[in-house]
Amino acid sequence: MSLAVAVAVAMFVGVIAYALFGGADFGSGFYDLTAGGSRQGAELRTLIDHSIGPVWEANHVWLIYVLVTWWTAFPESFASAMSTLILPMLLALLGIVLRGASFAFRKYAATMNQARVFGAVFAISSVITPFFFGTVAGGIASGRVPATGRGDLWSSWLNPTSVFGGAIAAATCAFLAGVFLCADACRSRQGTLAEQLRRRTLVVGAVTGVVVFAALPSLQSDAPTLTEGLQTRAAPLIAASGLTGAATMVLLATRRFGRARFTAVTAVAAVVTGWGIAQYPWLLVDRATIVEAAGAPATLRALLVAVGLAAVIVLPALGYLYRLTQTETWSGHPTAPAVGRAGLGQRPESALRVKTTTPEPKKPTNPHPSA
Amino acid sequence: MALSLGWHIVLACFGVAFPAMIFVMHLIGIRRNDEDALLLARKWAKVSAVLFAIGAVSGTVLSFEMGVLWPGLMATYGDVLGLPFAFEGLAFFVEAIFLGIYLYGWDRMPSRQHLMMVLPMALTGIVGTFCVIAVNAWMNAPVGFDLVDGQVTNIDPWAVLLNPDAFWQFLHMWVAAYMVAGFTLASVYAVGFLRGRGDRPHSLGFRVAFAFASVSAVLQPFVGHLLGGRLAETQPAKLAAFELATDTESPSPLRLGGVLVDGVVRWSVDIPYLGSLIARNSFTAPVEGLDSFPVEDRPPVNITHWAFQGMVGIGFLLMLAAVGFWAARWRGRDLLRHRWFLRLAAASGVLAVLAMEAGWIATEVGRQPWIVYEVMRTPEAAGENSGLWWLLGATTVVYAAMTIGAVIVLSSMARRWRAGEVDLPSPYGPEAQSRNRSSSPAADGSGR
Repeated sequence: MSLAVAVAVAMFVGVIAYALFGGADFGSGFYDLTAGGSRQGAELRTLIDHSIGPVWEANHVWLIYVLVTWWTAFPESFASAMSTLILPMLLALLGIVLRGASFAFRKYAATMNQARVFGAVFAISSVITPFFFGTVAGGIASGRVPATGRGDLWSSWLNPTSVFGGAIAAATCAFLAGVFLCADACRSRQGTLAEQLRRRTLVVGAVTGVVVFAALPSLQSDAPTLTEGLQTRAAPLIAASGLTGAATMVLLATRRFGRARFTAVTAVAAVVTGWGIAQYPWLLVDRATIVEAAGAPATLRALLVAVGLAAVIVLPALGYLYRLTQTETWSGHPTAPAVGRAGLGQRPESALRVKTTTPEPKKPTNPHPSA
Repeated sequence: MALSLGWHIVLACFGVAFPAMIFVMHLIGIRRNDEDALLLARKWAKVSAVLFAIGAVSGTVLSFEMGVLWPGLMATYGDVLGLPFAFEGLAFFVEAIFLGIYLYGWDRMPSRQHLMMVLPMALTGIVGTFCVIAVNAWMNAPVGFDLVDGQVTNIDPWAVLLNPDAFWQFLHMWVAAYMVAGFTLASVYAVGFLRGRGDRPHSLGFRVAFAFASVSAVLQPFVGHLLGGRLAETQPAKLAAFELATDTESPSPLRLGGVLVDGVVRWSVDIPYLGSLIARNSFTAPVEGLDSFPVEDRPPVNITHWAFQGMVGIGFLLMLAAVGFWAARWRGRDLLRHRWFLRLAAASGVLAVLAMEAGWIATEVGRQPWIVYEVMRTPEAAGENSGLWWLLGATTVVYAAMTIGAVIVLSSMARRWRAGEVDLPSPYGPEAQSRNRSSSPAADGSGR
C-alpha cells in the first residue's frame, strides 16, 4: 500500500465514522420532526436531547477530520471538489450550522414558542444535511468533479446518482438514528416510546431498502465505474450490508434493540466501505486517482503521524464517552419506568432534578474522617 | 471569510479559556465545600455548552470556506499548511469529547473524577490555539517549502507547525483569549452589581473571572512587545503601517493617532525617540518607512495603524483597571463598591473583544496585499465565484441570526437563574408539558 493510499484509507475511515455517528445524530431529526404536537412529542424530543446531547459535537469532528485530511493530503482535488460542488456543500454547511446552533439553543430556550422555532430549525436542518452530503458523494462517485478547476455547478449534484445518493443518505441516517433511539428508550424503560419508535424505524428501514433497489438501475447507466466496482470488488460488502440490514429489521421486529444497534452499524459501515472500495483507485472517479491527487510525501507522512496520534489519544476517549452514554452508567434518564404517556404527575426523574438543586453529594462534614 | 473568522475568534477564545476558569471555580467548590462556587461552575458549564456548540459550527464554516473561498491558496499550499490543522482537529476532537463527558457528568460521576474531565479541555485549548496560530504565523512568515520555477517543492510540514514566529504569536493570542473570556465574564457580574445584585455568587464569579483577566492583561503588553520586536525583520511594511511611518527616520518618533491623507500624516501626536525604542529596542535604529516599499506592496495604512493603536490603547486601559483593582484590594479597599469601577468593569468585556478584533485586523490587514507574505497575493488565492456577494450576504444573515439566537437564549438563561430556577428544564419536556396541561389546558399548540 502506497503512502497516498494509506492516507486515503485513514481519511475514508473518517468518512465511515462520520456516516455512522454523525449520521445517527442527524437522523434523529427525522423523529423529532415527526414527533407530533408539543405535548405528544415531549417525551421523544427529550429522549433525543438526551441521546445526542453528549455526543454530537464529538461526532461532528469527524467531518472536520475528513475535510482537513482531504485538503492536506489531496489539496488540488479538494479545491476542485469544493468549487464544483459549492452549492450542495454550502447547503450542507448551512444545515450543519443551523442544526448545531438551534439544538443548543432549543435545550435552553425559555418558552415553548422559542423552543418550537429552534426545534423546527433543528429538525429540518438535520434531515436535509445528510441529503446534501449524499449528493456530494454522488457527484464524486459519478465522475462529475474534474481533477482541477471547476466542473458544472448544477449537473454535478443534480443528477441521478447524486439525488439517489442524497435520498439513501437521508434514509440511512434516519434508520440508524431510529435503532439507537429505540435502544435508548428501552434502556430508560420508556416502553410506549420504544414501541412508537420501533414502528417508525421499521417503516424507515423498509423505505431505505426500496430506495436502494430503485437506485440500482439508474446507477448502472449514470455511474458505470462505480457500478462496476460495486458488482465485483465490493460485492461481498454490499451483500453483507443487505444481510445485516435485514437482520436489523428482524431484531427490531422482535424487540432486541441492543443487538440491533450492532447490526445496523455494521450494515451502514459495510455499504459506505463498499462505496469506497468500489471507486478505488479513484479519488475523484474517472478523473483523478488517489496517487495522482496526492500532495507532498513529507506531508503525507506527517499526516499519518497525526492520524496515529489521533488513534492513540482520541479513540480511547471516544470509547469512554460512548461507554458512558450507551450503557447503564448514565441512565439518569428523564422519564419513568413504564409510565407511558407523559404527564402522570411527578416522576422519579423529577426527584432527581430536585436533588440537583442542592449541591454535589456532600462530603462528610465530620472533620475527622474515619480512615 | 473575515466575518466568519472575526465571529469565530470570539467563540474560540471561550473555547480556549473558559474550561480553565470553570476548572478553578469547580475546584474552589469542591475544596472549600462551597455551594455557591459549585453552582457557578454548573452555570458556567451550561453557558459553555451553548458557546461551544456555536463555536463548533462556526469552526466548520471556516473549514468549508477554506475550500470555497480560497481554492487558489488550498490547491497550491494545502499540503504545506495542512498539518497544523490536522493537529488542531485532533485537539478539538479531544475537547469535544471531554466537553460531552463533563457537561453530562454532573451528578452522574464522582465529583473529583468529574472535575478531572475539564483538564483535557484546557490543555487541548492550548494545542488548538498553537496550531491555528502556527498557520497564521506561517502566512506572515512562510517557511517549510521552496519555490522553484513557480512550483512548490521540498515541503516540510513540521517546519510550518514549528515555525519561528508561531510561538510568540501563539502566546499573544492565548493570553488574549483569557483576557476576552475573563473580562467578558467579569463584565456580566459587574452589570449585576450595577443593578444591585451584589450578592456573594456575583462577587465570587467576578473575582475568579477578573483574576484570570488580570493576570493575562498584565502579561499581555510584554508578550505583545516581544512579538512586535520581531516585525522589523519579518514584516517591515506592516511595522511601518503600525507606526504610521511614511519615511525612514532615525530615530523614529512614536506617532499617536493621525491619518495618512495623500501621503501626508495629519493630526498626529509625535513623541520623539519612542518609536525606535519600542519597535527596535534602541534609541537610534530607524523604523523603515512606507516609502521603502513599492506602492503595490503597501498595506492599507490607516486601518492598520488605527487598529494597532486601538488594540494597544485598550490593552493598557484594561491592564490599569486590573492592576488598580487588585492594588486597591490589597490596601483594603473594595472597588466593587464604586460605581465608576463597576461601569469600567462592565465595559471591559466589550473592550477586550474590541482589542482582540483590532489586533486581528492589524495583523491581517497589515499583511495585505499578501495572503502568504511575499509569496502569494490575496486575489490569486481567492476563487472566481460570481456569487461571492450573495454568499457574503447569506453568511451575514446566518451569523446575525445565530448571534440573536445566542443572545436570546443566554439572556433568558440568566433571567431564569435569577428567578431561582437552577436546572433549566426544556420547555418542551414532559414535565413542562404536564405542568402546562394542569395550568392551562388550551396552551398546547398544534406542534410546529
